[in-house]
Amino acid sequence: MEDYLMMMISAIFANNILLIRFLGLCPYVGVSGSVNNSVGMAGATLFVNVLASTFTWLVYNYLLVPFELEYLRTVAFILVIASLVQLVEIVLQKTAPALYRALGIFLPLITTNCMIFGVAVLNINQENDFLEAVLYAFATAIGFALALLILAGIRERFAIGKVPTTMRGVPIAMITAGLMGLCFQGFIGLGQ
Amino acid sequence: MSTFWGEFSKGLWKEVPPFRFVLGLCPTLAVTGQVSSALGLGCGVIFVLLISNTLISTFKNNIPPKIRVPVFIVIIASAVTIVELMMEAYFYTVYEVLGIWIPLIVCNCLILGRGEAFARKNPIHLSMADGLGMGVGFTLSLTVLGTVREIIGSGTWFGLNVLPSAYIGFDLLQNPPGAFICLGLLLALINVISSRLESKRQAC
Repeated sequence: MEDYLMMMISAIFANNILLIRFLGLCPYVGVSGSVNNSVGMAGATLFVNVLASTFTWLVYNYLLVPFELEYLRTVAFILVIASLVQLVEIVLQKTAPALYRALGIFLPLITTNCMIFGVAVLNINQENDFLEAVLYAFATAIGFALALLILAGIRERFAIGKVPTTMRGVPIAMITAGLMGLCFQGFIGLGQ
Repeated sequence: MSTFWGEFSKGLWKEVPPFRFVLGLCPTLAVTGQVSSALGLGCGVIFVLLISNTLISTFKNNIPPKIRVPVFIVIIASAVTIVELMMEAYFYTVYEVLGIWIPLIVCNCLILGRGEAFARKNPIHLSMADGLGMGVGFTLSLTVLGTVREIIGSGTWFGLNVLPSAYIGFDLLQNPPGAFICLGLLLALINVISSRLESKRQAC
């Protein structure tokens, strides 16, 4: 039990997926201009990340390994993720229109979110068992949401602040992320 | 021939990724701790971009528009698998250092972006030029960032000592937060240079 908790804390803080492992930067640059969009993106990512890690883990261990097709991992995972996102979109549209309206526009973007694919591959590389894989996916998505929301809050303030012209937009967003990454690095030693 | 060169060279400065086109940032930050790994990933990206642009452009009339994105992704994923297996067989040290970033080339939005924005609408030779140019531009950007980070961060370049041995290295730049800060400053520098060039051109 304690191991699982420690792994999750480490995945949320000390090895934050966005700031320390550099996964999921495209949505960060894309949506972190506003807190509302970030909440939608974080929710959609959390949902898809857990589902995708579950399915890719099952596909890898029960389909690719028995047939010795490990080299097809990249192709198989990306197909699973892409079709999963489509499926989630259709199911949500039919069953939960309110949720679909909140998350809908972020779902297609998630197919190319390298964090989903990255976490799926990390789960295999770290030889996580099934429960670990699901918990790891959950924790990384929480870490992503945390970092994204903090940074979005800061970036919203930049819109009304005096930022030098050359630094406006992406450059200042990068430097903010760097400084926030320093804070998260302070948690190293907590989880390991 | 001139359009071929034009498509190639636009990737080198006018639209150089990831600085002008902010695409493919994740690997840019992750592998630039050392110049050698930056160069290794860059070569992989050139190869994948060339193959995917060529194939997408070849089959552009046969791919149904509605399912084009999944088709593109499968093409890219196959090219990435080739790179992964080749690197494991012939460049094992680079393969070890890059780790999950080789399969992650598949999620590099630069590659899908070029397929969607360029190769889908243009003839084969121009798409190849575009893929090569963008790939080389991406590799050069990665090398520049890697050079800055490795020299200031640990005083070496390609693993060789280039600064006096008394230099202890500015550790921050080797760490993840330093990568963000370094990239932010580099982007700002490029903004300054291009706005200078722009005002000079207007003065003429």
